Amino acid sequence: MNALPLILTVFVACAVEAIEALTIVLASGLTRQWRSTLQGMAVALAVLAVVVAVVGPTITLLPLGALRLIVGALLAIFGLQWLRKAILRATGYKALHDEASAYLREVAAAKQAPVSSRRGVSDWYAFTLSFKGVLLEGLEVVFIVITFGDNQRNLGAAVIGAAAAIVVVAATGIAVRAPLSRVPENALKFAVGIMLTSFGTFWGAEGAGVSWPGSDAALLVIVPAVAAVSLGCVAWLRRGRAVAAANAEPAAPAEAPPAHAPSAHAPSAEASPARAGSADASPAEHAPSSEGMVR
Amino acid sequence: MGRVIRSLRSFGAFWYDFVIGDDWHVAAVVVAALALTALVVHVAGVNAWWLLPLCVIGALAWSLHRATAGRS
Repeated sequence: MNALPLILTVFVACAVEAIEALTIVLASGLTRQWRSTLQGMAVALAVLAVVVAVVGPTITLLPLGALRLIVGALLAIFGLQWLRKAILRATGYKALHDEASAYLREVAAAKQAPVSSRRGVSDWYAFTLSFKGVLLEGLEVVFIVITFGDNQRNLGAAVIGAAAAIVVVAATGIAVRAPLSRVPENALKFAVGIMLTSFGTFWGAEGAGVSWPGSDAALLVIVPAVAAVSLGCVAWLRRGRAVAAANAEPAAPAEAPPAHAPSAHAPSAEASPARAGSADASPAEHAPSSEGMVR
Repeated sequence: MGRVIRSLRSFGAFWYDFVIGDDWHVAAVVVAALALTALVVHVAGVNAWWLLPLCVIGALAWSLHRATAGRS
């Protein structure tokens, strides 16, 4: 297989994670102290580099069939998680991930924390905030780099895609000195979810012993098919919400006094998926489950 | 001792959330579908390339239905 699809897939997936890490680093650096923030980031990047250097070549020792079976299963599960979340966000069942509000939350927390020095780091809070943010987002990057790179027996190309994404996002962040809130993050996650699910399905089935009709060219059918089904799911869920809203609408004017009745043109939760997501998702977002965690 | 168990628990919870995520049913369907595919290919001798994509699509639709049922 050509290295270009591999590089592009890893690039987009890693760009999404890099944007989320950038939000945390900026909040820490601009509010607290750049020196400790950059130290935290550097240590996290060093840990991630060691993980890639150790785990990447070790996994290639597995026979290709077993590797594809394990990695395919993990990628399909991981991709379906991304896709599920992106579809729920696109249809308003889950709040859209907003880098601007995530940034404000981190800034508010960073302003309140006391300054304390430890182990040669002058601001321990800035160090740990930056370290954890980069490490956690980076682990997803490492997972994608290793699984895609090892499966294609081209770890170098996957590393190039990831490094390019990190450089582009970091350079943009340095230039604008603000979270990249205008990036269509959900659309990118939707696309990455489709790619991870498709590649996971392809490699997983191969690992289980299947011979795909057309060999690698089968991906040219799998990727559009997964995309079509996902878009179909978005349409299905939006239609369900619209039907539910239409059924609920006639009851509203009868309940409210005429003088304060909501205008038919007033922005309703149903009219705006993002607004609907914020309102609708709030009980679930605050429920003590992993649903509320931002990935 | 209690601290070690707490650390192990949070370590396990992190990896569970990282790999399995919000809906464990999806992971279960994918793993079962792969096992079934291997069985059909190696035991029955049928090149069941269509089985996993069907199960993956079914798992996605099922998970979305479970997440949205009664929330419209």
